[in-house]
Amino acid sequence: MARKVPEINAGSMADISFLLLIFFLVTTTMDVDSGIVRRLPPPPDPTAETPDVKQRNVFNVLVNKSDRLFVESRWGDISTLRNEAKEFLSNPQNREDLPEKRMENIPGLGEFPVSKGIISLKNDRGTSYDMYIQVQNELTAAVNELRDELSRQKFGVKFADLRSQMDIDAIQAAVPMSISEAEPENIGGGK
Amino acid sequence: MARFKKDKSGEMPAISTASMPDIIFMLLFFFMVTTTMREVTLKVKVKPPVATEVQKLEKKSLVSFIYIGPPTQSKIYGTESRIQLNDSFRTVNDIAEFIYNERETRPEADRGLLTTSLKVDKDVKMGVVTDVKQELRKVGAFKINYSTRRKAPKAE
Repeated sequence: MARKVPEINAGSMADISFLLLIFFLVTTTMDVDSGIVRRLPPPPDPTAETPDVKQRNVFNVLVNKSDRLFVESRWGDISTLRNEAKEFLSNPQNREDLPEKRMENIPGLGEFPVSKGIISLKNDRGTSYDMYIQVQNELTAAVNELRDELSRQKFGVKFADLRSQMDIDAIQAAVPMSISEAEPENIGGGK
Repeated sequence: MARFKKDKSGEMPAISTASMPDIIFMLLFFFMVTTTMREVTLKVKVKPPVATEVQKLEKKSLVSFIYIGPPTQSKIYGTESRIQLNDSFRTVNDIAEFIYNERETRPEADRGLLTTSLKVDKDVKMGVVTDVKQELRKVGAFKINYSTRRKAPKAE
């Protein structure tokens, strides 16, 4: 008969694992990194001429150093900015003073009128970052809501719930994220 | 036949704690999986603004962070917004070098996917942020992400 091996006392196991747990709790962070994704334009080419864009195709948003908004030559407000931007980008009644549309052949959607509108955002050096993000957020929300509406109409689900890459590309092409930031100290420059 | 016997002693039996380590280990693994290691010690205060239209950063290993905010030790460094790269205060002119170094440490195939996350305090003025963005444009780091906290969307 084999000799009985004495059992190792596992009573302190809980203490050891507690210690490890506390160590991890202290040294790690829980925050998920999230934010508003943007793509910066390449540096401007000094020899290139500024592209001629019709006034009706540009939606001017200015933020001054005391965080006041100036939207299309009028005092604006952050609460109405989203709907104004949506109306500008979609132009549902094809009004003369809102952007033109051009017919484009998008795979998956066929001929679709894509707005030529560009939102131009210009801020002062004294604008607070908080205000800048609020404005960016409202403008992004406008584009996202338009994408959602189109996606629901064409595919029956929200844009975020689309699974096929082709559908996603189609919606993105139909409602482009056309937010441009003006070059600092250079009004109207850049894309 | 089995019979239910009443415990006459009236003493409560001790609860077995044998599964305690297992429970704690489970908790430990949960935390190990859901959290990330703190990489840098923050020398600036960063309280990001809130936004509703946020997207998650997808590949954590392909993100480099730039922190901008007022220094935490305001007695030594003042209250003017400073830029922190890795573990020290830097100026706008150091950003190009920082981005090149960040690219060096990533595998060559992934360098085009490198995202720069701007972790900026909400009270910082846009002047500094604009300078940083101009600098990023010069070195070709076009993919950026304004770090924000998620706010529940307004009920409509």
